[in-house]
This record gives sequence, C-alpha cells and structure tokens, in this order.
Amino acid sequence: MDKAASYLVPLLLAALVVYCLIRRVPVFDAFSEGAREGLRSCVSLLPVLVGLVTGVSMLQASGALELAAGALEPLARCLGLPKEVLPLALMKPVSGGASTALLSQTLDRCGPDSFAGRAASVLAGSTETALYCIAVYFGAIRRKGKNCALPAALLGHLAACLCASWAVRLLMGF
Amino acid sequence: MLNLIWAGMLLVSVVCAAALGRMEELSQSVFSGAQRAVELVFAMAGAMAVWTGFLRAAEKAGATAKLAAFLRPAVRRLFPDCREGGEADRAVCMNLTANLLGLGNAATPMGLAAMRAMDEENGGRGLTRSMVRFVVVNTASLQLLPTTLGALRSAAGAASPLDILPAVWLTSAVSLAAALAACFALEKRHG
Repeated sequence: MDKAASYLVPLLLAALVVYCLIRRVPVFDAFSEGAREGLRSCVSLLPVLVGLVTGVSMLQASGALELAAGALEPLARCLGLPKEVLPLALMKPVSGGASTALLSQTLDRCGPDSFAGRAASVLAGSTETALYCIAVYFGAIRRKGKNCALPAALLGHLAACLCASWAVRLLMGF
Repeated sequence: MLNLIWAGMLLVSVVCAAALGRMEELSQSVFSGAQRAVELVFAMAGAMAVWTGFLRAAEKAGATAKLAAFLRPAVRRLFPDCREGGEADRAVCMNLTANLLGLGNAATPMGLAAMRAMDEENGGRGLTRSMVRFVVVNTASLQLLPTTLGALRSAAGAASPLDILPAVWLTSAVSLAAALAACFALEKRHG
C-alpha cells in the first residue's frame, strides 16, 4: 500500500504536465499564477489561525482539553476513536479554522504517524464544516420549509466518525 | 457562532487554569500559541502553493471542464429538478468539480449561485428535493486531494504525508453514502 501510494502523486503530476504540453498551456506561468493565489489565501488565513491556535493552546495549557477528553472518553469509546481525536470530531461541523488548530495540536502531541494522529487526519480529511455549510447555503435563498438536510448531514458526520479509525486499522495495519 | 466559541475557549481555559493552579503555563501559552500559528502557516505555505499551482495548470488545460462533463450524468440523476443545460445545471456541475479538486475558494460561490439558479427555475416556490440534496452533498467532503491536510501533516513531519489518502477516500465515501441514504429515506417520509 505504501509503495503504491508513493507513486500516486508523482504520476499524477507527470500526467498533468504532459496534458498541459499537449494542450499548449504555458504550464509554468499557470503554475506560478496558482501558487501566488495559494500563498495569498494562506496569508489571509493567518489572523484567524493566530486566534484559534492561541485559543487551543490555552485550552491545552490550562488542562481543560485533557479534562474534556477524559470526560468524553466513553463517547470516544463508542465511536471507536482515540480520545485525543474527540474534540476535533465535535468541532469540525462548526468551524474549519478551529478544527485546523485542533488537528495541528493533535499531530504535534501524538505525532502525525501515530494511530491518533492518523485517525485525526482521516477524520479531518473526510468531513466538512456541515453546520456552517447548511447555514450559508440555505441563507443564500431564504426559503422556509421543512427539510431533512440537517439530520442527513449529521448522520453523514457520525458515519465518518465511526469509519475513520476503522479505516486506519484496516488500511494502515494498526 | 465563532465569536461565542472563541470567547468560550478563552474563558474556560482561564477558569480551568485557576482551578488547577496552572496559571504560569497558561500565560506562557498565549504567546507560544500565537507564535506557533505563524510558524504553522509558514510551514504549510510551500505545500499549499505547490498544490494550488498545479491545480491552476490543470484548470487552464481544461481538466475542470472535462471533469464537469464527466459528472453530468450523475448530476441528472441526483438533481432531477435542474433543467438540462440550464444555469442551475451548469453551476451544480462546477460546484461539484471545484469540491472534488479542493478549490474551496471557488466551490462556495459556485454553490450559492447554483442554489439561487435552482430557486429561480422553481419560480421561488420554496425548497425542492434537488436543493436539499445539493446542500447535503456539500456538507460531505468530496475532496480527492485534501491539500490543507497534506500540508499540515507535512509541516508536522509525517514520513509520508499523503499515506492516509485511501483511508480518507473510504471514509468520505461511507459518510456521503450515509448522508444521502438518510436524505432519501427522510424525503419519502415527508412526501
């Protein structure tokens, strides 16, 4: 699995470059234009992350994060998630920035290649900020009506929580 | 919402630190946390820029349009209220493509445009099944290459930052399937 995965990105890039050359796209110009945009969005992320990473590191230094993880351990056990990952699982539907801060804190404390680090990564990569998304999308048209978006989205999130650590065990041999 | 969460984070940590006698650590963490945020963004910036660069090249070469065309049959099935070849149809395809490629900045405006176009095609008579399904699909993660995640893992020193991809795909697929199944089941009940 490891070997196959290591081929994935280089082959994808090679295919892309060949495709660009065939279509006569100025590949490096396009690349640097996109890179500029990526850097700009990184920098615009900074103020939010300074606030949220500071908040998360304060929670950790005060011992609150540990207390919460301990108190929620039964719930984590039900979901099959390591207890360090539970704050992320609860935060992700609400705020992308706060989940980024929590994920980076978990990766630093448990290590990116530990079981908890990988489960947290898989969970973060397979879920979206569902509640935020529902608010923004329905807010755009302001139509009232009974609908099933919220329960369906929450069920999808729950399914991801249940599946994340199972997938890490199954596919990565933990 | 985030205002409340953030205020809560700070207040809880002050109260908790006072109760556990960890004020010293807490006051240090304010500055070390802020510094870590800046270090984190710089550590991620290179990887992010490389990805957005390659994605832009792919977009210029027409990969986005191709992918959108490839998605069209699935879109017809899932969102039957969209008129074929209409504005809503196009915006839905573009939104899904942007989501798959991880172009977060493009996906949301396209998604909102799709909602407005679907609303217009329906004559503003309220929510259709397609609209609700479209929102549900957008609450699941469709991203094939999670760029921020890869950049974060590489900044944390992962041996192979993207080795989690198969597990991410499997989990995303399970999550999307569960959300859509719930949506279909509830649609039937509501009639």
